[in-house]
Amino acid sequence: MTSADRSTHPESGTHVVGRRRFLGYVLAASTLVAAAELGAAPEAEAGIPSPEPTELLDLNDVMTAAALPTSDLITVEVHTDGTVSFALPRAEVGQGITTSTAMLIAEEMDVPLERVRVTLADARPELLFNQLTGASNTTISTYRPIRVAAAVARGRLLQAAAVELGAVVTDLTLKAGVVTDLAGRSIGIGALAEKAASVRTQQVAVELKPRADFTVIGTPRNRIDALAAVTGRKKFTMDLDIPDARPTMVCRPPTINGTVGSVSNLDEVRAMPGVTDAVVISTGVAVRAETFGQCIDAVRALRVVWRPGTAEGQSDESVLEDLRAAELPLGLPPLTPSVEGKFTFSFRGNSALEPNCAIADVRDDRADVWASLKSPIVAQETIAARLGLPAHAVTVHVAQGGGSFGRKLFFDAALEAAETSQKMGKPVKLMWHRADDCRQGRAHPMATSRVRISYLGNTVLGYQQRHTSVATDLSHGLGEVFTALAARLPVGDAGFSETFFQLSQSMPYDFGVSSRLLSETNKDFNTGSMRNVYSPDVTCARELVVDRLAAKTGKDPFRFRRAFLHDDRSRAVLDKVAEVGDWGRTMPAGTAQGIAFHSEYHSVSAALVEIDCRPETVNRPVRDGVAGPRVTKAVFAVDVGLAVNPRGLEAQMMGGVMDGIAQTLTSSLHLRDGYFLEASWDNYFYTRQWNTPPELEIIVMPTTTGEPGGAGELGVAASMAAVACAYGRATGTMPTRFPINHGTLSFTPKPTVPPIPPSPTDGLDHAY
Amino acid sequence: MPEHTFRLNGEQVTVDVDDDLRLLWVLRDVLGVTGPKYGCGINVCKACTSHLNGKAVNPCAIPVGNLKPTDEVTTIEGLPATVGADLHPMQQAWLDHDVAQCGYCQPGQIMAAVALVRRAAEEGREITDADLDGIRNICRCGTYFRIREAIKSGAANM
Repeated sequence: MTSADRSTHPESGTHVVGRRRFLGYVLAASTLVAAAELGAAPEAEAGIPSPEPTELLDLNDVMTAAALPTSDLITVEVHTDGTVSFALPRAEVGQGITTSTAMLIAEEMDVPLERVRVTLADARPELLFNQLTGASNTTISTYRPIRVAAAVARGRLLQAAAVELGAVVTDLTLKAGVVTDLAGRSIGIGALAEKAASVRTQQVAVELKPRADFTVIGTPRNRIDALAAVTGRKKFTMDLDIPDARPTMVCRPPTINGTVGSVSNLDEVRAMPGVTDAVVISTGVAVRAETFGQCIDAVRALRVVWRPGTAEGQSDESVLEDLRAAELPLGLPPLTPSVEGKFTFSFRGNSALEPNCAIADVRDDRADVWASLKSPIVAQETIAARLGLPAHAVTVHVAQGGGSFGRKLFFDAALEAAETSQKMGKPVKLMWHRADDCRQGRAHPMATSRVRISYLGNTVLGYQQRHTSVATDLSHGLGEVFTALAARLPVGDAGFSETFFQLSQSMPYDFGVSSRLLSETNKDFNTGSMRNVYSPDVTCARELVVDRLAAKTGKDPFRFRRAFLHDDRSRAVLDKVAEVGDWGRTMPAGTAQGIAFHSEYHSVSAALVEIDCRPETVNRPVRDGVAGPRVTKAVFAVDVGLAVNPRGLEAQMMGGVMDGIAQTLTSSLHLRDGYFLEASWDNYFYTRQWNTPPELEIIVMPTTTGEPGGAGELGVAASMAAVACAYGRATGTMPTRFPINHGTLSFTPKPTVPPIPPSPTDGLDHAY
Repeated sequence: MPEHTFRLNGEQVTVDVDDDLRLLWVLRDVLGVTGPKYGCGINVCKACTSHLNGKAVNPCAIPVGNLKPTDEVTTIEGLPATVGADLHPMQQAWLDHDVAQCGYCQPGQIMAAVALVRRAAEEGREITDADLDGIRNICRCGTYFRIREAIKSGAANM
């Protein structure tokens, strides 16, 4: 509960001294619609009232003034049923931003969390670069604007209640969605929704609730979509019921980005049971049928002559040669002692469990597309260009996503679905087979990282890192089409990657003169940054060499790091994992602890893991999977400045730990003869239950900065590094090639023609 | 096309499809039951896990022609009714532990968990870490630890 001392209109200003006010809007509508500008919500200068309409010169000015500021607004709407709704211009892919967004609104408006409905906004080109979900930036960038809009709504509700109750605003309290006056008379916000509406759009200044009064933000809350998820009611793209959008799949080439030469049996396939259409598209041969099962059969029946792809003949070994040739020099050997390390990181798949998929309904003059998209504006522009339609004729609906990990920054399936729907003249529900997703989907690029640390006595003099990578496709740019076009230029793209690298990497230790450079090569692959982009590899390499330096100078890895970390927040998370994880405890031979640190997105994190590399553990039997060393315990401490939802933050760190374990120990793609061998989750060894640490503790540190930092990707880097460090300490050998099992192929590769495996028939034999 | 009839979530259903159409597509594309998800189509990822006569199976690997008229198929949508409640104890445990992230794998995880706990109970024993290690369902968000915790809680209330 908060009293109504945060009036919507600045009055005398006496009670707001020292408080910051922000500008928001009440929009002309039939029920209350409050809004704020996404991006930096402008701060109102103390004492200056909001501009009044009378300051405007004529009708035209009024219309312009009304249109301009409202074109890029985010809006909080109050409904007569007492609910509040908000269309978030971001993609929910599991990271929990619909929940944290609802929490911001519930907090600022003093309405119950369960009465806030957060949906995902369609592509809104007027938002320019402000509809990209990436770089763990959602909460950082929306934390203030969403609260400003909610605060405007709250103020209007109180004003309307004052009129209804014949009270003054300062005598009213708003609690749990109900406004009450001193006499105990009350009115719900649903009853106020129309009364608080405005006939004209106006700008207002508001204050935000002070942190000391928070009762929602900073408290652990369950996901708002949890019930839908556990009952099967949550709708993902392939669950949407779009009229006449029939299952559609694509017969794909045997090598990366191969193209169709000719098809010898199109008519025969068109006559197969359930099949309605079969057409050649730019990426293969698309088939549409009554069911996906019939699509699978049709794809397997197609006889296609394929043209070569973009990576013909390339292999892990040849790409490693490309990387060696592109490596930048570390400089002359230092005159002082130094430690060095060179590390190789394999290609990795960033497939989500939900495969690439999209629904498209393309007509002569318009198109509708449904997909989980983190850069929907670029998708809209690109799809429109492909279809030959103006961008405004293409509506892109952002669906709930079944995971992303970087994959949904791209819109490969949406573009393909649009092309297919146009060629077939029918709506399509297009889905990639898992094998397609592994072999033709995007991959995190192979890279090498070289590190040199020079030192003298107890002083570290310099740190150099040279990261060399197969080019990462960042052509989703900052989500806005002009930026995207710039990124596609050869020069602009290189510049963008290097810029991204420099902006995302930092040196948390006092290591003297520091330099980190990125060099990219080979654009033949479908790449995309995986969760946390460059940081897991870069941090893993750094932390391993830090361990090596500590060992060489006879220091404890924890105390060595602690001595060199820049600041208190960093030391606090490191101290926390050391304390909770009982750093330095005696452990049996073949097992060890590892500790690592990573900071990014205005957040700091540390991981401590224990690993068991004893033969009886490494060789434990697992059917169709990789056992290997087991991380038996993981402790992770995180300080994001202000955790909006600590329970959601814990979940993100937990996922990051599992990613870190996978990237160090088990998961990679093997490139041979121009294609990736993996075609199944039993080929690509993401962490499974048998790799999961039985003991896991995530510690969310108390609020420090008071402003939320990024979280969605944060957990991967320190986890990956800590597992690698632990492995090195347990085995006595610093690992240099990741994942450590990459040299052993642990499965029999599936054929490439036909491109997808047959559907099994023995399901009843495996009942349990 | 041949007619096939079986019981689905407590009701007799009849579909007119080829014998070899896998049950997953009968459920999703023909009957509009979308709780079981596609994640691989080859009985690996387990996202479509459902129950056949109370045992966990993967509909992506079962030709519909293999079903008898009396066979009872239970998807996540029909799980609560098997205990005559709005939510099965395992679903409640999932909520209590806030297990889901993206949620895509969760119907399959819950159905697998229920079958696992039933099997252990039939063998007269509690769920062990080895049982949990043996679960093959993929969760690409990596909620594995909360899944383990929830299964232990859910088992206590089953």
